[in-house]
Amino acid sequence: MSPFLAVRTTLSKPWLWSYAGALMVWLITIGGVRGQGAGGIVAAALAFSVFLVLVGLGQMLVITSGPGNIDLSVPSTITLAGVVSMQLMGGASQMIVAGALAAVAVGIVVGTFNYGLIRLLRIPPIIATMSSSFLIQSMAISYNEGARAAPPSTLVAFANGRLMGVPYTAIGVVALAVALGYVTTRTVYGRSLSAIGQNAGAARLAGVRVERTRYFTYAVCAVLAALTGYLLAAFSGGATLDMGDDYMLSSIAVTVIGGTAVAGGRASVPGIWGAALFLFLMVAMLNALGVGAGLRLVITGVLIIGIIIFASKPKN
Amino acid sequence: MNALLQPARLRAALPVLSLLIVVLPMFYLQPQTFSYFGINTLISLAVTIVLATMAQMCVITVNDLDLSIGSFVSFVACVGASVLQQSTVLGIAVLVGCVLVYCVIGMLIEWRNLPSIVVTLGMSFVWLGLALLLMPTPGGSTPEWLQQLVQWHMPVIPLPLVAAVVIAVATHFFLMRSAWGTLLRGAGGNGRALARAGWSLLWARGLMYALAGVFGVLSGLTLVGFTTSADANIALRYTMISIAAVILGGGEFVGGRISPCGAVIGALTLTLAASLLSFLEISPTWQIGAQGVILIIVLSLRAVIGRTRA
Repeated sequence: MSPFLAVRTTLSKPWLWSYAGALMVWLITIGGVRGQGAGGIVAAALAFSVFLVLVGLGQMLVITSGPGNIDLSVPSTITLAGVVSMQLMGGASQMIVAGALAAVAVGIVVGTFNYGLIRLLRIPPIIATMSSSFLIQSMAISYNEGARAAPPSTLVAFANGRLMGVPYTAIGVVALAVALGYVTTRTVYGRSLSAIGQNAGAARLAGVRVERTRYFTYAVCAVLAALTGYLLAAFSGGATLDMGDDYMLSSIAVTVIGGTAVAGGRASVPGIWGAALFLFLMVAMLNALGVGAGLRLVITGVLIIGIIIFASKPKN
Repeated sequence: MNALLQPARLRAALPVLSLLIVVLPMFYLQPQTFSYFGINTLISLAVTIVLATMAQMCVITVNDLDLSIGSFVSFVACVGASVLQQSTVLGIAVLVGCVLVYCVIGMLIEWRNLPSIVVTLGMSFVWLGLALLLMPTPGGSTPEWLQQLVQWHMPVIPLPLVAAVVIAVATHFFLMRSAWGTLLRGAGGNGRALARAGWSLLWARGLMYALAGVFGVLSGLTLVGFTTSADANIALRYTMISIAAVILGGGEFVGGRISPCGAVIGALTLTLAASLLSFLEISPTWQIGAQGVILIIVLSLRAVIGRTRA
């Protein structure tokens, strides 16, 4: 491949825009604060984006599996996994692994239940995941009754720990994203997922194991959400019942901003990181410029609509 | 086979049956609820959810989904408790503007062939942001006339009950029986055929979204008429409930297949289920879960009925 062509193919990647946006917003912010704490902002962006990236990667896989596929149970799964793992650990450091396994188990159960509803009841995934999210939410509330358990101190240290300024969790999630990038582009599963997302009927006729791929996708999404709940609870000093609420809309938002095709069939793993950093840095920039919460939300909304219009073509 | 047991009829009867299963035990457990004041109290707040459900149904008719209806209703409620109180004219102008925005969103989605989920997701941030700008902290007060209108004790029959029936029947006749309604549903059922016949899909989608906006405005005003004050998060949960109610009532995501009466009944079932649980002395913890269980049971029954037909 000639260098010129290489540059052109890189420039045509949809995820590039999210990084360009993140960089631009970061430059404006450090301009606004006259260069003070420019590195600190990046470290904070990495630390806070980790959760959105984890959830977003799962949502991205689900959205890639075809039109109408969205997991609305993500926020309640985050909350349930956070509550269950914190209660199980009860602040004891020797229970850290058990807590993580409990979170993963919550994710597997939720993912299996979601897929079961979609398959057995033949209902749209949005309805299936919404129904189960109602149930999961109630389970989280009932599980949370009683004393609120603080996370084990070792886990708190890990969730807030940094290696040369870079949070451990960010290193872990970057590694996960790289692995998932390989999985979505180079493995049978990733190829099957794209094929199903583009045309499930054709994929089935071509011998793709449609149902197995779909089940795996919903399970992975739920497990990633559950792990987010575990880490988020550790990071913020305990599980709360509204800890997942922000992630329903924002997990879809990072997927769209990151360049994943909303109609399915094309995932964009690097875009999830770019979009999460972009969203965080934008909030930081608007904060630095003294813009209030209300205007910040309006700008976020207009941006999402602007991006989707920009990426669209008029109907003929 | 008995005519009553035909799959299509069973399917249509499901929403009614589920409402009865929720309501009858309630009247049995607490006979005093079967009275003017009992019914008035039980379904007064359900009317706002019924209206939000109608808004969602309009959008679902054209194969779209509105993820912004909850924050839109919240925004309208904030307008009702602030701008409308200060100046009736300005308040009404803002609300008319909201309906126009809804119309433009619908046309934009049609024109650029956009995914409605993403556009309405963006709009949900916009409405929530505007609501926060208008009302950073909970509060405000509703105009006296709005409170009196919404809380009016109509003689003999409770107003909320009448409102629910009128909404169901009026929407049914407009969307299911009138020529216009058939065309608008056709935009969801087979848009290409409608376009070939010379109708404008741009206007069809714009009109359905505008109608959704009107229902959303009515929902927000009714809500703030009852609560008399508002905050930016007041109705966020309506997004999910309205989708659930439309589907519970027999609506489908594709093909313009909707049922206005069913959707109204679905909304009533979901809201009254919470009251039933409290009468059964089940912890409020399980109220949301019960809504999920109702959805799953009704959809399972529908799947079973669907299979016997096939």
